[in-house]
Amino acid sequence: MNAANYLYLSALLFTIGAVGVVLRRNAIVVFMCVELMLNAANLSFVTFSRINGDLNGQVVAFFTMVVAACEVVVGLAIIVTIYRSRRSASVDDASLLKR
Amino acid sequence: MNELALQVGQTASPEAMLFWILAPLTLAAALGMLLVKKAVHSAILMAFVMVALAVFYIAQGAPFLGIVQIVVYTGAVMMLFLFILMLVGVDSSDSLTETIRGLRPIAITAALGFGGLMVSLLGRATLGRGAVGVEEANAGGNVQGIAQLLFSTFVWPFEVVSALLITAALGAMVLAHHQRIQERPTQRQLSISRFRGDSLATAAGLPAPGVFARHNAVDVPALLPDGTAAAASINASLKARGDVLDSSRFELGTVDTSIEEEK
Amino acid sequence: MMISNSLVYLIALPLAGAAILLLAGRRSDKWGHLLATALSASSFFVGLYQLSLMLGRPSEQRPVGQKLFEWISVGTFNIDAGLLLDQLSICFVLLITGVGTLIHIYSISYMSHDPDRRRFFAFLNLFIAAMLLLVLGDSYLNLYVGWEGVGLASYLLIGFWNQKPAYATASKKAFIMNRVGDMGLSFAIMIAFATMGTVSFTGVKAAAEQTSTAALTGIGIMLLVAATGKSAQFPLQAWLGDAMAGPTPVSALIHAATMVTAGVYLITRSNFIFDAAPTAQLLVVIVGAITLMFGALIGTAKDDIKKALAASTMSQIGYMILGAGLGPVGYAFAIMHLLTHGFFKAGMFLGAGSVMHGMNDEVNMRKYGALRKFMPITFVTFGLGYLAILGVPPFAGFYSKDMIIETAFNSGGIKGIILGSVTLLGAGITAFYMTRVMILTFTGTSRWDEEAHPHESPWLMWLPMAILAVGSVTSGYLLSHGNALVNWLSPLFESHGEHEELLSPIVVSALALAMVAIGVAVAFMKYSRNEVEAVAPTDVSIFTTIARQDLMQDHFNEAVFMRPGQVLTDVLVKTDEVVIDGAVRGIGRAALGSGASLRGLQNGFVRSYAALIFIGALALIAAIWVVVQ
Repeated sequence: MNAANYLYLSALLFTIGAVGVVLRRNAIVVFMCVELMLNAANLSFVTFSRINGDLNGQVVAFFTMVVAACEVVVGLAIIVTIYRSRRSASVDDASLLKR
Repeated sequence: MNELALQVGQTASPEAMLFWILAPLTLAAALGMLLVKKAVHSAILMAFVMVALAVFYIAQGAPFLGIVQIVVYTGAVMMLFLFILMLVGVDSSDSLTETIRGLRPIAITAALGFGGLMVSLLGRATLGRGAVGVEEANAGGNVQGIAQLLFSTFVWPFEVVSALLITAALGAMVLAHHQRIQERPTQRQLSISRFRGDSLATAAGLPAPGVFARHNAVDVPALLPDGTAAAASINASLKARGDVLDSSRFELGTVDTSIEEEK
Repeated sequence: MMISNSLVYLIALPLAGAAILLLAGRRSDKWGHLLATALSASSFFVGLYQLSLMLGRPSEQRPVGQKLFEWISVGTFNIDAGLLLDQLSICFVLLITGVGTLIHIYSISYMSHDPDRRRFFAFLNLFIAAMLLLVLGDSYLNLYVGWEGVGLASYLLIGFWNQKPAYATASKKAFIMNRVGDMGLSFAIMIAFATMGTVSFTGVKAAAEQTSTAALTGIGIMLLVAATGKSAQFPLQAWLGDAMAGPTPVSALIHAATMVTAGVYLITRSNFIFDAAPTAQLLVVIVGAITLMFGALIGTAKDDIKKALAASTMSQIGYMILGAGLGPVGYAFAIMHLLTHGFFKAGMFLGAGSVMHGMNDEVNMRKYGALRKFMPITFVTFGLGYLAILGVPPFAGFYSKDMIIETAFNSGGIKGIILGSVTLLGAGITAFYMTRVMILTFTGTSRWDEEAHPHESPWLMWLPMAILAVGSVTSGYLLSHGNALVNWLSPLFESHGEHEELLSPIVVSALALAMVAIGVAVAFMKYSRNEVEAVAPTDVSIFTTIARQDLMQDHFNEAVFMRPGQVLTDVLVKTDEVVIDGAVRGIGRAALGSGASLRGLQNGFVRSYAALIFIGALALIAAIWVVVQ
């Protein structure tokens, strides 16, 4: 079993997450896709930790999780606030910049 | 490829089996997350991906991270997502037709290019030596090893991250905080206003929703004695969200008043 | 040179008056005119005090100076704001403040019905201050400040009733034509600084001897241009007639007695330049001769009493310029004629104002007639001024004008004969048109409109006229008695060799009087014996028509300067629109076009921005893929 396979999986998950961010309109789904990208990166860190034989990668992944949790909390609060004022969770509706 | 390869001794075949079963499922779930219409389905698929990732972590000698992944992501973060979904509307679903012209082909082309290039790059990468494995590092226990690093080498980032957490919590509170413009009326004030108001029609309280004996859901308006729907019986927030069922099929077209005459 | 610290008060008093009246605004409406008159009078008394001091000193110590402050100090260019009061300036100071004060007094009554009387007095005071600065400045640059100051005051006062568009246009015309002359003065100052390194009168006088004749001729011609602008001489004379749009006291003070004589002052002050540049001096004489005939001819055809007097002013200043152009022998006579002219012309203008005052501001002489009985004092004072301008002995003009005619005859050769003849002919025409004015206004039958009720003016108006009339009678005798003015001014001018006398003074006087008598007789024949029509006849000779149109001066200006200027401006505007604006707008359109095409990216959708980021990341990975082989 080749450890690099995890890296391939990580790359593909990251790509899927990125496409999701671009293509989905529901802000909550967009957020989930962002989480997917972060988790894909975490998988890479853990795999590199294994390849290098020390725990630094795992610690970095741990930090990433903390940051991701923070991001989710604030991001969801923003979504709730936006929803409260415009009754919509679509990211396309918040396109005031062009007008 | 060979340089990067890691032969994982006796656990090779079970881990390989695990990987080759779980990895396609994970990819499928991630793709499904992209393709399903309803946000709540996406959330379920996401939870699956995260659990699968937790399994991969544990399989790669990171049991602490795996547990944390399940507790934090599937336990806390995904619950938070579901809460918000409920708040925003569980039924809310995207139409999958693209509104921004040309975005979908561009995004798919870019994704294919990105994924292909990443895989190709990984295939070409060389480390110059074989992979080590974390058995040695985990000798004193995985949790102990991570704690050792966290409170020595990474103590400063650790503290900064704690500040970040507090800031995020505060930020979420501030964002979600709803400023009350008027003072909250007391029960006494409410009852006085109810009886001193323009009409006594609502003095006994608003009608309860639901159609007696035919439907009892909160999103269906009650029927008035003359058979029409009572809009006031539905909660204002349900109305604002638009989650109100049409009650016209429960209304009585004509009220039969002939019974009394028969007596 | 002696130093006196009180010179500045000459200027400061009226300047303070102008400042107070303009800054205090409507609050000073009640007492503003009295303050202005008092300040002008006090400036006159300071002038008298300076004269008494000056008379007490020997002639070489008479000039006094005062340094006010260091004005410009750049490298070798050092100019102090300084004042200089010498025998020449004192004449002007007394004329300006004396006549000025009389006209202030006159205006109190004349302008009493005008709601803006206070503003009028503020401008009058401003003019007095600027004119005093002009004659007191000790360098060309200081003079230039005063020169522009009087231009401004003249502009403000001509357009004082600027609610009438024609009057506002007249003031603009005067201002713009003066600017042409002002350019001459600034060029003269620049040439002087470039060649001599100094612009003070003493410095230029000292340096003139080492300077080339070419440079001096250049300076002289430029100074002459300046003088023609300010003094309404040919070819910049067209503004003076229109300047009569201003209130009559303004015409009397600025456009008869003082400001228009600034050109004569400038040429006399620059005698050391003109003496060393014969070509420029000859041009001065030619300009003077042309203008004196020009003004006289216009004067014969004008029915507007003020414009007739303005044409006369132009002609008389032509005499002065001619006198100043005759060199050392003529300077003093030019100044003498300037002073006497200041008296009699101001007096006649005030008389015209008095007539207008009694005739509902009617200026057309054809609608006057027989006013002698209704305005006896105006008739007498005007008549005395009339006799003075004709040069009838012993009135003032006899002394000053005959001196110029005599000097012209005696300037030698064919030039002397031509100039003498021109001045003699001018005197005859002057007699004709002034007699015409007298007959049309004061004698004959009345041709008034029905609503006119002619009456004599109040004492505040006739008192200044009477004083000026006394001056018109006596000033000539006083100034020429024992060559008083010539001796007084002689230290300023180079001593001159006597010319051989072509004609003796007696003969000149006889000839002049004969010409005057012919002029008067012709005027009587034409206007007194025939009935004058109330409307100007139209079936007149071509010459009359041309004269009525100011000898086509405006047509000439329009054809030669205005039309080509308009064409040039049109071409420039077209060029600007097509070439420059085209380039600018082209740049703008290019930016707009690229912006419009790039705007598609900036569509406001977060997802498309995310897609762009994704594409950027793809590009990054692709770059790594290419580089890391």
